Amino acid sequence: METVVFLIPLFLLLGSGALGLLALLKTRGVKVPDRLVSYIAIGGPVLAFLCSVSLFQKVGHDTFHAFGWNWILAGDAWVPVQFTVDQLTCVMLLVVTGVGSLIHVYSTGYMKGDGGYVRFFSYLNLFMFFMLVLVLADNMLLLFVGWEGVGLCSYLLIGFWWDDIEKAKAGMKAFIVNRIGDAGFVLGMLLIYRTAGTLSFHELRAFVGENPDAFLAGSGFFGVSLATASCLLLFLGATGKSAQIPLFTWLPDAMAGPTPVSALIHAATMVTAGVYVVGRTNFLFALSPTSMIIVSTIGALTAFFAGTIAITQNDIKKVLAYSTISQLGYMFVAVGLGAVSVAVFHLVTHAFFKACLFLGSGSVIHAMHHEQDMRRMGGLAKKMPITCATMTISALAMAGIPPLAGFFSKDEILWKAFDNDLGHGTFLWMLGMGAAFCTAVYMGRLILMTFAGSCRADEHTKAHLHESPRSMTGVLAVLAVGAALIGFLNVPHFLGGHAAFSSFVDLAVNPGAHEAHHAGFATEAALAVMSIMVAVSGLFLAWRFYVKDPTLPGQFVEKHREVYEIVNDKYRVDEFYDRSVTKPLVRLADATFFKLIDRRVIDDSLNRLAGVFRWLGARLASTQTGAARTYVAVMIVGLLLVILSLFT
Amino acid sequence: METQAYLVVATLIFLIGATGFLVRRNILVLFMSIELMLNGAAMLFVTFARQWQQMDGHVMVFFIIALAAAEAAVGLSILIAVFRLRHRVNVDELTELKG
Repeated sequence: METVVFLIPLFLLLGSGALGLLALLKTRGVKVPDRLVSYIAIGGPVLAFLCSVSLFQKVGHDTFHAFGWNWILAGDAWVPVQFTVDQLTCVMLLVVTGVGSLIHVYSTGYMKGDGGYVRFFSYLNLFMFFMLVLVLADNMLLLFVGWEGVGLCSYLLIGFWWDDIEKAKAGMKAFIVNRIGDAGFVLGMLLIYRTAGTLSFHELRAFVGENPDAFLAGSGFFGVSLATASCLLLFLGATGKSAQIPLFTWLPDAMAGPTPVSALIHAATMVTAGVYVVGRTNFLFALSPTSMIIVSTIGALTAFFAGTIAITQNDIKKVLAYSTISQLGYMFVAVGLGAVSVAVFHLVTHAFFKACLFLGSGSVIHAMHHEQDMRRMGGLAKKMPITCATMTISALAMAGIPPLAGFFSKDEILWKAFDNDLGHGTFLWMLGMGAAFCTAVYMGRLILMTFAGSCRADEHTKAHLHESPRSMTGVLAVLAVGAALIGFLNVPHFLGGHAAFSSFVDLAVNPGAHEAHHAGFATEAALAVMSIMVAVSGLFLAWRFYVKDPTLPGQFVEKHREVYEIVNDKYRVDEFYDRSVTKPLVRLADATFFKLIDRRVIDDSLNRLAGVFRWLGARLASTQTGAARTYVAVMIVGLLLVILSLFT
Repeated sequence: METQAYLVVATLIFLIGATGFLVRRNILVLFMSIELMLNGAAMLFVTFARQWQQMDGHVMVFFIIALAAAEAAVGLSILIAVFRLRHRVNVDELTELKG
């Protein structure tokens, strides 16, 4: 059992290392066949997936601990490299390796002919390795290794085409914005360690169960309890990694990477890490209603505002980027309310339809000769039937049309938001409904602008339109089937289902808790009908605006120009950060650290010292005449002086 | 008494070398002066080795001979190189190493 657990990340690490070596050989001029690279690249994830499936079959109601070795052993501090497999981990493993494998297969088609083919897959495998370490880790420090690792790989992959300075900058932005969150995460981790004396999740859960008072004590900071303080610090880390307000600005820029990378970052790995961490530590959040309210509110706000931005974007990948932020917002609403299994369910369904949408958009971009502006697309349905069909299914799933997957997961979140006892249920629900409406509108808009109507591309591009190769469309088809059917894993009680998925995940995150059979089946059904109506009306609106009367968007923009511009400029958050944080910091650094400390103090002191020696040297150099006989004379005088001093 | 005579001769040889080194300008002559000084010193060593009936001085003399040979080989080759370049043997005109 233990060996299987360790094999999962090991496959990816070996794959990444082998590909890294091949990439090195390639730079030395050795010919590396693409076929070999593809086999190694796909082999790791697929083997890991098979191992995950076998783990999933064995785990049942149990939890496995697989001890590796002692990592840190200093005094009382003991941090082992230990993996834990429980139900939550199993689900994450299946998503990461399953969707990850599909993305790898797709990439072999998408990246064909790229100069960095080998390097790309080396990074991609490493990315998955760190993500697997993250979900398998038994303690927060090991989790943090994976956490930082995916950050590093996102930097490498977003800036994959680094000869374009804008893309390199996007990579750096992702890295630096994540550092801010990571600072919070580290502080939260230290606070938890100081309070509980352990970083292991199951020991921490036991500690919290036995003496919650340790965490309820004040932290000495404006009467905030230790639980609230550590939860909010952890959540700050999560907002960085999962692109929530206020640290979401890196994610839209991350579209600079190759499209499969966007799919991997958005669907299977990286951004789900924040949700996972909050879900993993939900017993801590349960101690602090304040932090639960903050997490769920920020999630709802993010879901809504990112949804509105997505409506105004014209770059197909930007629309999807903002939709990811919006959907992650939903997940945070659920984890914030303690409904971890619901959040994880949305994570899983989202992984399928978002991966499908991203890979589909990659297929479109591929066919359009790297055109990403939807205003120059249109009418692609005939030329790319498979891409069109799969993307439409996924878009409908995301918009929440039953019986596709998104309906079940999103509706469950909206219901939990409405039915919470923290007192802001209606507020959350309204924001959630607003976001659901936005989702339907931007998804409808994306599909209709891309595939319906007549083609607005230039003649050259039009003539070369083609469906993508089998390796790409096959993956799209598998993902679309998943996006359509996976919702049936978790049919809610009011529809006569058993919520099988939720009860499975609850074994790990809410052990012993029974699904409370609330009496409000009628309310729940009514809310579900409302959310379907909202989704349908959103799609209808998209159809009216972008198919029936394509002049309508222009008129609308004319009428509400100011609102449109602000939303189109993403509420100018980037500009705000630039003005309020980046620029002052740069100015401070320039004025004090660079001009004063670096130039005046460090440079000047060294330069002056060097000046003294240079002056002294110039004086002394004149004694060196170059004439051998002067030296001899000086030597003899010196010798005589030595002899004289000996005799006196 | 016998030892003193040796010492006088050795000192004289050394002083002749030193004086020659100071007053002459021809590089070749300077080399010869160096040899004289080395031999003056070597003679002191053998003198004292004989005086105290010990082998240490002889050992030192072997070192001095080896050193002189090495020095002559390197020095003369430098000298030839310099001469080829400058066509000069006057040390006062060779001041390229001026600081």
